[in-house]
Amino acid sequence: MIINHPLLGPRDANEFIHLGDASLINRPDGMADDAAEKFHDYLYLRDNPAGEYRELWYHDAGDRSWLVVTRNTLTHEISSVEMARDVARKQGRSK
Amino acid sequence: MSNDFRIDGGMVDRNQPLTFKFNNKTLHGFHGDTLASALLANGERLVGRSFKYHRPRGIFSAGSEEPNALVQLRSGAYQEPNTRATTAELFDGLTATSQNHRGPLGFDVMSVTDLLSPFIGAGFYYKTFMWPAAFWEKIYEPVIRASAGLGALSMQEDPDKYDKGFLHCDLLITGAGPSGLAAALAAGRAGARVILADEDFELGGRLNAESHEIAGMSGRDWVTQTRIELSSMDNVRILPRTTVWGAFDHGIYGALERKTDHLPHAGDKPRQVLWRIYTKRAMICGGATERSIAFANNDRPGIMLAGSIRAYANRWAVATGKQVAIFTNNDSGWQTAAELAALGVNITAIIDPRDIPAPMHISGASIAMGTSVCNTAGRKQLHRITLTNGQTLNADCLGVSGGWSPNVHLTCHQRGRPVWNDNIAGFVPGGDLPVGQTIAGASNGDMTLSAALKSGHKSANAAIKSLGFTPSRAQAPRAADEPFAIKQFWHVTGHKARAWVDLQNDVTTKDIKQSQAEGFRAVEHLKRYTTLGMATDQGKTSNILGLAVMAEATGKTIPETGTTIFRPPYSPVAIGAFGGRERGQHFHPTRLTPSHKWATEQGAEFVEVGNWLRAQWFHRAGDKSWRDSVDREVIKTRKSVGVCDVSTLGKIDIKGADAAAFLNKIYSNPFAKVPVGRVRYGLMLREDGICYDDGTTARMSENHFVMTTTTANAVLVYRNMEFARQCLFPDMDVHLISTTDQWAQFAVAGPKSRDVIAKLADDIDVSNDGFPFMACADVTVCGGTPARLFRISFSGEIAYELAVPARFGDALIREIMAAGAEHDITPYGVEALNVMRIEKGHVTGAELDGRITAFNINMDGMVNKKKDSIGSTLSQRELMIADDQVRLVGIKIVDKSDTLTAGAHLIAPDTAPTTQNDLGWISSVCYSPHFDQHIGLGFLKAGNAKHGDIIRAWDGVRGTDVDVEITSPHMYDPEGGLQRG
Amino acid sequence: MRYSALSILKQGLTGNKSWKPVWREPEPKKSYDYIIVGGGGHGLATAHYLAKVFKGKNIAVLERGWIGSGNIGRNTTIVRSNYLLDGNQPFYEMSVKLWEGLEQDLNYNAMMSQRGILNLAHSDGQRDDYARRGNAMLMSGADAELLDRDAIQKMCPFLKFDDERFPIKAGLLQRRAGTARHDAVAWGFARSADQHGVDIIQNCEVTGFQIKNGKCIGVETSRGPIKANKTAVCVAGSSSRVMAHAGMRLPIESHVLQAFVSEGLKPTIPGVVTYGAGHLYISQSDKGGLVFGGDIDGYNTYAQRGGMPVVEDVCAGAMSIMPMVGRARVLRMWGGVMDMSMDGSPFIDKTHIDGLYFNGGWCYGGFKATPASGYCYAHLLATDTPHEHATDFRLDRFMRGNIIDEKGVGAQPNLH
Repeated sequence: MIINHPLLGPRDANEFIHLGDASLINRPDGMADDAAEKFHDYLYLRDNPAGEYRELWYHDAGDRSWLVVTRNTLTHEISSVEMARDVARKQGRSK
Repeated sequence: MSNDFRIDGGMVDRNQPLTFKFNNKTLHGFHGDTLASALLANGERLVGRSFKYHRPRGIFSAGSEEPNALVQLRSGAYQEPNTRATTAELFDGLTATSQNHRGPLGFDVMSVTDLLSPFIGAGFYYKTFMWPAAFWEKIYEPVIRASAGLGALSMQEDPDKYDKGFLHCDLLITGAGPSGLAAALAAGRAGARVILADEDFELGGRLNAESHEIAGMSGRDWVTQTRIELSSMDNVRILPRTTVWGAFDHGIYGALERKTDHLPHAGDKPRQVLWRIYTKRAMICGGATERSIAFANNDRPGIMLAGSIRAYANRWAVATGKQVAIFTNNDSGWQTAAELAALGVNITAIIDPRDIPAPMHISGASIAMGTSVCNTAGRKQLHRITLTNGQTLNADCLGVSGGWSPNVHLTCHQRGRPVWNDNIAGFVPGGDLPVGQTIAGASNGDMTLSAALKSGHKSANAAIKSLGFTPSRAQAPRAADEPFAIKQFWHVTGHKARAWVDLQNDVTTKDIKQSQAEGFRAVEHLKRYTTLGMATDQGKTSNILGLAVMAEATGKTIPETGTTIFRPPYSPVAIGAFGGRERGQHFHPTRLTPSHKWATEQGAEFVEVGNWLRAQWFHRAGDKSWRDSVDREVIKTRKSVGVCDVSTLGKIDIKGADAAAFLNKIYSNPFAKVPVGRVRYGLMLREDGICYDDGTTARMSENHFVMTTTTANAVLVYRNMEFARQCLFPDMDVHLISTTDQWAQFAVAGPKSRDVIAKLADDIDVSNDGFPFMACADVTVCGGTPARLFRISFSGEIAYELAVPARFGDALIREIMAAGAEHDITPYGVEALNVMRIEKGHVTGAELDGRITAFNINMDGMVNKKKDSIGSTLSQRELMIADDQVRLVGIKIVDKSDTLTAGAHLIAPDTAPTTQNDLGWISSVCYSPHFDQHIGLGFLKAGNAKHGDIIRAWDGVRGTDVDVEITSPHMYDPEGGLQRG
Repeated sequence: MRYSALSILKQGLTGNKSWKPVWREPEPKKSYDYIIVGGGGHGLATAHYLAKVFKGKNIAVLERGWIGSGNIGRNTTIVRSNYLLDGNQPFYEMSVKLWEGLEQDLNYNAMMSQRGILNLAHSDGQRDDYARRGNAMLMSGADAELLDRDAIQKMCPFLKFDDERFPIKAGLLQRRAGTARHDAVAWGFARSADQHGVDIIQNCEVTGFQIKNGKCIGVETSRGPIKANKTAVCVAGSSSRVMAHAGMRLPIESHVLQAFVSEGLKPTIPGVVTYGAGHLYISQSDKGGLVFGGDIDGYNTYAQRGGMPVVEDVCAGAMSIMPMVGRARVLRMWGGVMDMSMDGSPFIDKTHIDGLYFNGGWCYGGFKATPASGYCYAHLLATDTPHEHATDFRLDRFMRGNIIDEKGVGAQPNLH
């Protein structure tokens, strides 16, 4: 596969390491009362869709960016690649 | 020379005669021959045995689709099993042997299986060999295994080299037949970057096998002219002997170029190159493969594909028989008859099941329309055929054409399904081609020359136009369309003898019918039950025929029956080629520490730690065994001073205004308030609450921390921290960089270590007050060399770690040794390091195996509940902190003469070693010179409450069972007074 | 028809004309006591044991395509019980024992061949890990041997013992491990289940569950609704897709695992060998093909295909440890979709929906588990209590912290 890195252009997917669902960005608040349940769902449960899937890749043999890649799990077609940091900020994560 | 079957013309170079051996018989051929064409020229008909029934077999085809003529090529370590004689280029001195027979090829004793065929049809082995159960491995299977298989490996290391390469292009054209060449011309003239690859050593594809004309010249001349034009274009790269074998995601194609397989010796050159080709567009111009017709005894040597007979005559100047008959359901078989006759070969008969007037007259040949071949005779060489009209004819070669199947393989590698085309009686690519791929010529069902040229030209222009190129104004090359009419006729019924479908795997029409009768009706069931299409040719000449016979048996149509899945590779690829240069010492890169050269001089024994080589111990005169070396290193370090290269530890530089806050998230213990100039031990959890890594992190200045990780986890920890930085805390002002390779770091440990450091460090007070335990500083050493000094201890002694830029590492270790000479400083390796950390009760990867929690290692106090650090929440799940969980303990042998082994399980006295009685295990052991006995660390259920208990260390796989005493893991200087001194 | 050498002889002498279908092709009934969703190895094994051992009646297996079309039809056929953890090892040892009697139980030769599995160790630490594991195997009643370098060289002289990048230091051998003929396992279970009255219904896709008042009372299928008292899902790589019909999210991701087979060769490798410093396991089929594989590709997918890097990595491992295979050719590469769980271990459990059961999360290790998975699932279906060797395969184990993580890599499926 080829991942079109937003900064570096198209790169072989072999340069990257796959982590998993982009929902891993949404880490729950560990100090909340229902943290145990929230963390269980966050870390262990997956939609695992057959079709469009947003996922995290790390440019291990490159610039060490984390990327959010939108890829179809049936066809492997990639429809968008974003910097994970931008996605995280858009989703309200900060410090 | 005895090239009795050589005729005039062809593309072999008669000025370059070659000598070769087949089954030790010396034979002759010419440059330009394949092994198959040369064997045929010499009249060698019997070349192999079939897989199951060991039937005598001859050459069936003229290309990579060959099911029969598989040989062991070359000898010794170069022996290459299952090589298709039809694609092996002849070279001087070539040796080949036939395979899969016991005794000589002509008298294979295994052919007895042919007589047993009524009892060993499809799937017979699933129904028997079950009694008694133990006989399977002892008797039945060894017999089956010995008789199965095809060729043999030499069992010696493959002596050849293999390379890998990467190519990029606008348009990859697979196949250099008429459509591929027309495509290359169109795209090349327009300026696109083109790669033209063909599995053959000559460009031209079927043009070399035919007598066609293009643009007013012979097809062969047109190929030459085209090759010259393409070769003159800088933007076109021609790769002959290159099979594009796989279509992968996003326009990536795998190709194998055979660089030196056609030479007697590879010399220093690679045998083959595995290319990964990155394409913007790809065109499959793969042509079509002829298939057979099923009739009784249709597998005899001398029965061949009609189009291949034509190829042998036109390209290799070989007549495949003295009396050639043709059995065809389509016009291309007639082409063979006409061209052979024109070349002076005797055509005895043409048999055509179609009820139409004979398409042409062939002088001397009897013509039987509406008729089929229903049986043949001649065990090792065809000599007679019988027709359905009762006629019997003598023939030493029978050309069969059941039609042509487009080569859709590469269009289906991404699960595309081909669709049936009744007009050509073949599957053509469906609409779901891989992205960026187009298809032209016969592989798209354009079965005639003019159509192929036009579709190649047109598709190439469309492909490059979509990339922004302007197609040249040139027209497609002109040619006539040869007749191509076919009747769907698959199977001559009404005869009792077996009719072969898959020649190599010996699948007959009876097998297919039995499969149907037993309910294996789905096409994949058919394949798996009968092994149809699972041989080395992957059913290139047999699959469609098999489907058709199955369709007949089930009363379904062929499209309803469908095809099995096409999988890469298109033709088999050597494991060596996939491996490339990554073998032997080059399997993984080898990482050397900055002191490696010095350590080598010092007599170090090295050990692999991940990709690193680390000094394991240093041999000294008088050391009788490795244990002597290790004991000495430990004792001297504990008594005086030792030095160890710890550069392999991961090092991460962390900077930024939020660096402390960031570390407070990463580590489970508090890090927000580490004072500048101090080091803190940190425990890092995974988000699931399991211990991930531990190490020390030093605050060099307000916004600058230096972290160390374990050697094994250096890369992973860095990656996880980048994840936290970019994805979880994107607004934190913090920056990370891995500096593992940038710093050489040495642990200087022992009561005299302070003296050594004092000598080396410039202008710094290293007294216990001036530089206490867990202090750190940026310093200079040896008169101005920048360095970092940490007062940390893994050994439990007064100890320092001194880091300098990696390029000074070799110099520094020599300086340390010189500075320590007065104290007889000893270098120590990872074994001594391990002994001292076990004595001290420090954990490493042997303990932190990815399942161990802070609770398990008695560090639950280090998981701060007042902050939200990674892993803190899930570390508190009920079963992870239950009382009966295992705890880290120290283990001492009761009888000092016993030894301890890591991996032993802990069980109570007087209990049996069962899963139910399992109390834990020993994770690390060593011989401790300090305690003068074996000691260890391990995990024991509720172990905290069991210090002082005597239990058993049971090591069944090593046959030991010893009494051990459970202790605190902190066995050496448990109060830690020494390291603070 | 009972299979035997005699039946073959009789048929052979009479023209092989009376062979009967190995399973019937019945029309689905309106309702069943048990519906097993998924006609793969585990589903068919469940049907066999449920009908034969637990005397279940009125059972159907619903298969979307043709039976055995999932991972039972595309794996590397390895059978072993060489696990470390208490939650796993007794279960897999139970499975090996079932394998050992499978042919007689099924009257079908699945060619279970106990030629052994040898895991190579390349460091002292790896050797000690294998010792710990070998001891756990012995404690469960399985066999295990720790071999030293000399013993390995004697057993596998074709391995590389000179100038190795990662020297062979030891090996863990399980002699009772081996391989079986994967398709035949599906067919044998199907035939036996069919003979015990199970309706095996191919080309019948489950498209939804009928859930009323928190109870599952049947399924919707491409061939119409079918009622069931108990519905047992067993669909491996499709687990998430199917259970989504019941509104469930699972601790599972779908990943592709590739495998490779070489052209047929005369006997080359005795049993199964795994390389501890690379990603490679290799064996040789009875037909002579070298069957080998390595890691999953590492990204979520439902496409049954992978990329080039894995085959290159696996072959580099092969060339590193047994460079005599260099001139053997890869004939075919394929991919299967694995139900990778969050700790690498499976589930055999009830769901929170009454009457709906789930079996999945087998990762790339489901083949060896086939008989025990079927047996334990049948036990759960028949008795509503977990089998004693499958008590830890619960869906709530992550909530409670009872993780069964053989690899020790945490909640990241592509690392298991």
